[in-house]
Amino acid sequence: MQTLWFILVAFMLSMYILLDGFDLGAGIIHLLVARTNDERRMVIQAIGPVWDGNEVWLIAAGATLFFTFPLLYASSFSGFYLPLIIVLWLLMLRGVSIELRSRIPNPVWTAFWDGLFFLGSALLAIFFGAALANVLRGVPLNQNGYFFEALWTDLSPYSQNPGILDWYTVLIGLMAFTTLTMHGANFIAVKTENAVNARARSIARLAWIATIVLAVPSTIATFSVQPHVAASFLSRPWGFIFPIIALIGLIGMGYASFRQHDLLSFFSSGAFIVGMLSSSAFGLYPIVLPATNGANSLTIDNASASQYGLTVGLVWWLIGMVLAAIYLILTYRLFRGKVRLTKTEGY
Amino acid sequence: MDMSTILSRLQFAFTISFHYLFPQLTMGLALLLVILKVLYLWRKDDRYNISARFWAHIFAVTFIVGVVTGIPMEFQFGTNWARFSTYAGDIIAQTLAMEGAFAFFLESAFLGIFLFGEHVFGQKMHLFSAIMVWIGTWASGAFIIATNAWMQHPVGYTMASNGRLHIANYWAVLTNPWIFPQYLHTMSGAVITGSFFMAGLGAFYLLSKIHVDYGRIFITLGVIVGLIASAIQLFPSGDLEGRQVAVYQPTKLAAMEGLFKTEQGAGIVIIGQPDTVNARLDNPIIVPNVLSFLTYRQWTAQVKGLNAFPSNQLPDQIDLLYYSYHIMVGLGTIFIAIMGLAFLLLWRKRLFQARWMLWLVMLATPFPFLANTAGWFTAELGRQPWIAFGLLRTAQGSSTTLSSGNVLFTLIGFMGMYLLLGLLYVVLTVFEALRGPRIEAEEETQQPEELTQGA
Repeated sequence: MQTLWFILVAFMLSMYILLDGFDLGAGIIHLLVARTNDERRMVIQAIGPVWDGNEVWLIAAGATLFFTFPLLYASSFSGFYLPLIIVLWLLMLRGVSIELRSRIPNPVWTAFWDGLFFLGSALLAIFFGAALANVLRGVPLNQNGYFFEALWTDLSPYSQNPGILDWYTVLIGLMAFTTLTMHGANFIAVKTENAVNARARSIARLAWIATIVLAVPSTIATFSVQPHVAASFLSRPWGFIFPIIALIGLIGMGYASFRQHDLLSFFSSGAFIVGMLSSSAFGLYPIVLPATNGANSLTIDNASASQYGLTVGLVWWLIGMVLAAIYLILTYRLFRGKVRLTKTEGY
Repeated sequence: MDMSTILSRLQFAFTISFHYLFPQLTMGLALLLVILKVLYLWRKDDRYNISARFWAHIFAVTFIVGVVTGIPMEFQFGTNWARFSTYAGDIIAQTLAMEGAFAFFLESAFLGIFLFGEHVFGQKMHLFSAIMVWIGTWASGAFIIATNAWMQHPVGYTMASNGRLHIANYWAVLTNPWIFPQYLHTMSGAVITGSFFMAGLGAFYLLSKIHVDYGRIFITLGVIVGLIASAIQLFPSGDLEGRQVAVYQPTKLAAMEGLFKTEQGAGIVIIGQPDTVNARLDNPIIVPNVLSFLTYRQWTAQVKGLNAFPSNQLPDQIDLLYYSYHIMVGLGTIFIAIMGLAFLLLWRKRLFQARWMLWLVMLATPFPFLANTAGWFTAELGRQPWIAFGLLRTAQGSSTTLSSGNVLFTLIGFMGMYLLLGLLYVVLTVFEALRGPRIEAEEETQQPEELTQGA
């Protein structure tokens, strides 16, 4: 049961990054890919009907984490207090900038929210990457299973008292930034035509190159900073399928970009994200939050909810996910195709 | 109680009070939007549809502020109340997660269709999506109430060997008897907010003689629904709430009623300032025996006062609790009076010309927000000193690794963000209200080539 829920929570978090990841990417490229107000409206309308549903995956994943691994939820959320609250504020700013941007027909108003849309999205991408890196690297857990990290200490990931930001977490943060830029640019390319589409394609290509460049040191650093990851892959070599999926995604993106096949590019960057996140999850298992001193690590056993809770939760969770999948398919089908800029109010 | 915990309490209270200003309006409007769409399809009067489109704009802005201020709430259990989350997460996180899995996906998916898709997907789909948004928002309310109901009246749990609670009976948690009165009372409160908002804007339009047709529609719909909701708020929902508080949370009852000493045939306090040091009310006006009757249906029943309980089981903010409760009840009574009068005039076909009544309805608009907030203050302050009533004290539920400096930083940050958000919301809503309902430009799809050429 614990292993199953480990996989399901990882699945939900991956879904969130896969979906809201392209909203964040769209925000990152927004100012570059769209130069006029009409082009900016196109970007907003491309993600408009779906971004909120995408963000719900974060809420649902967080709440699922809460009921399946309550100690992990409590420990990580209080330990990562400052960056988490800052992430909440950034999510607020990002959401509000999308929805309010077109409500007053004044160029200063729209420019302000466009700027915030970019800033919020960019910082969120970096923070999410740094968050994953913190989990992989490990945190100074005490024997009750709690910790607190300052924003930075000595900037070394090998420290007994690490901070949120060190060279490793910043590196992964940057890689998350380039990855989501690539993913968002692919989505915008799928949904737009002509000038915006052309710009999105070239940004995607640039981001792809940057991601490849960063992927090498990121992978090496991860194995160095968290020896348990290497141990996981060596003891269960079937797990190499996950990094292979990521590699296929990366190569596929190159091929698809060369062939100017936007949808395939998007699925490729999606595959890369799924491959990287599942590799991380696989590498961590059965630890859910490593401790810098080893003994206090949170695992699927000591952090989980009761057997009954996990079992009964599985029943309604499956029902909920089937419904969520139906809504997802429904919404994306209804809003498929290129953005047709309309005169109606709203976005 | 240490400073870090006090600040965490303040932060949660502040963020949830601000957040809930918005969902109460959206949940109320969600129902009214369905009614407007049904009226349009039934009466075939375009003005109902134009009204629906207008209120959809207000709904959309309110919804997004509700969403962004709502996200911190789920996270705040973990960030600031880590020990409570570990202790009770096996149970309360089930209902919280169900809110995410069922309500949030539903409402966000169909809101996109509702806001974007009227012309693209047709009226049937549009009505369906309005109904789904209504169900989604009200389901969200249900799961939150289920969570809070468990905190007020824990059921369906056992204690594990590691000192944490485990869920023992899923259905017991979902059918917690505390839920039904609390849900009825909360949702009726939201409908009051929505209907007063609609009626109030309608009154404004009639008074300023703009969008007069729509003013009439809004005030008519608002007054009828508002009267029904205001009545339900008192009876049966308010009565049910009061009686379950009396049975399961007698300390809350004593504090909110300002009953310092146990009394046979206790009276109900109309006004009077509590003096907790000297354990009495200043200048009280009390109607004898009514409290006993309301709570136990016997004029001479004994009602326990604050002096019947050990001081470490009493709420720590008795003054604020007392005032919150009395503000809520006072306003609730006034709402019935205003809506009742307005309905009478509406029935006699005199409402649209009765300027004094229109002024009253318009000025009443902000007060449901106050009443709902005061009601929640009553519920939560009265739950103290417990975070899980009778099981875990608030002081034992906070995060151990947060310094007061960190919590103060985030509290100040939230206050700043929410000040900004609040100002934005008021500006946008006033802007939208003054523009009023309008026939919007027919959809013209432009070829992107034209756009980029012209740009």
